[in-house]
Amino acid sequence: MLLRLLSLLLLIALWQAASMVADSRLLPPPLTVLAVIGREAHSHALYFNLGTTLARVAIAFTLAMLLGTIFGILMGRNTTFDRLGDPWLVILLNLPALVIIVMAYVWLGLTDVAAVLAVALNKFPNTVVTIREGARALDPGLEEMAAVFAMPWQTRVKHVMLPQLAPYIAAATRAGLSLVWKIVLVVELMGRSNGVGFEIGSAFQLFDVALLLAYALPFVGIMLAIETFLVQPFERHVSRWRPKAA
Amino acid sequence: MSPAGDPKQLEVFVKRKAFRAANGEQREVLRDFSLTLDAGKIHALVGPSGYGKTTLLRIIIGLDRDFDGHVTLPPQTKIGMVFQEPRLLPWRSVLDNLKLAAPEAAEPDLTKLADDLGIGDHLHNFPGELSLGQARRVALARALAIAPNLLVLDEPFVSLDEVLARRLGSEITTLVERMGITTLLVTHDIDEAIRLADHIILLGHRPAEIVGNIDVTLPRRAMTADYAAKTKAQIGAILAETSV
Repeated sequence: MLLRLLSLLLLIALWQAASMVADSRLLPPPLTVLAVIGREAHSHALYFNLGTTLARVAIAFTLAMLLGTIFGILMGRNTTFDRLGDPWLVILLNLPALVIIVMAYVWLGLTDVAAVLAVALNKFPNTVVTIREGARALDPGLEEMAAVFAMPWQTRVKHVMLPQLAPYIAAATRAGLSLVWKIVLVVELMGRSNGVGFEIGSAFQLFDVALLLAYALPFVGIMLAIETFLVQPFERHVSRWRPKAA
Repeated sequence: MSPAGDPKQLEVFVKRKAFRAANGEQREVLRDFSLTLDAGKIHALVGPSGYGKTTLLRIIIGLDRDFDGHVTLPPQTKIGMVFQEPRLLPWRSVLDNLKLAAPEAAEPDLTKLADDLGIGDHLHNFPGELSLGQARRVALARALAIAPNLLVLDEPFVSLDEVLARRLGSEITTLVERMGITTLLVTHDIDEAIRLADHIILLGHRPAEIVGNIDVTLPRRAMTADYAAKTKAQIGAILAETSV
């Protein structure tokens, strides 16, 4: 923990040093950015935009994880389903994010629904691929045990299947959060009039690097906090049964 | 053999069971095979590995339905199964493993059962923290927790040391006798079968058929060394005859 903090401090020090060498318009020093963050926070624009973006991230992420997990399990467990779905999956995986975003906006208009769907559709195939691996690796012995003991399906899902999928779900979550929020910014830049992505777009047009960083950094901070305080404790909780290394 | 339709008995009839090998050939494992288990008795199914013991067992407990024939179980049969590997849920505590298999069992009963099997101190451990012998006991407790009328044990003492295997064996039979559970014990160990069973079924040949049916008239504690030796000689004679 101390080492992590130290490495973070080193990054800020490097930033400070670089800003002293470079033109302050191209790379403003940390304190200037902090001042801009304070200004934006005072006008509540920061909270509003962060909140809007966070809500979009949350909805798109939940949608992609939920549907991706269901389809991943189905495809991992059923070969017919896997063969049917695989070509679609390959197409979705290789469709550039930008194409999906533009098509969503063209077809559904410049709306929040289009924005969130476009993001979810970008994350969805990755989730399916990860969870499918997990579903393929499910222990048939435990499944037979559950069948012989006539466990109801709720018990099988909750106590037999999901604990086996937990590492895969955690991996998909970790990869998913970072992917989703990056794409949300692009979607906002292209077709929304609020959110962090929109503000960064304005900052770009004004060549205002301080404003850009003032929006980007707090969001990175939030994502870091989610990873540290939600994802990692969840992982520790679901792997508590594993014998610890001596 | 008693007439068919006795609701207290378990009857298995397999007209044909075959596996398709990777090269497309059909390999018959069982043909015209029938087996009856008497209520409340301990039956040992003995035979070398590869003779269809596990296949037969999977048919009886309903995991394999791809065969010609039928299995007749008494109405509302609850099957308690002890697999060769314990097959516990490693991410749930010992107590939760029991509860998940037997949701309607009362917790004091489960604790009592765990105490009887010597795992009472481990109820809040995870299976990964147990030795193989302890894990086997948990698997057995789980099978008994559902108050089964049929207990199926697949080589439950494999890879335990001799002393432990003997002790666990006599503990199991004591419990099963007390509860009056019809039991099918699959083993390759003839001594174990003689020591534990009321009735020994010898499997031989391929496709498997029953080559010997031995009633143990002095089972378990009633057994004498002399009687055990005689029974073993009898089984040896049958096996020698059929292997020619």
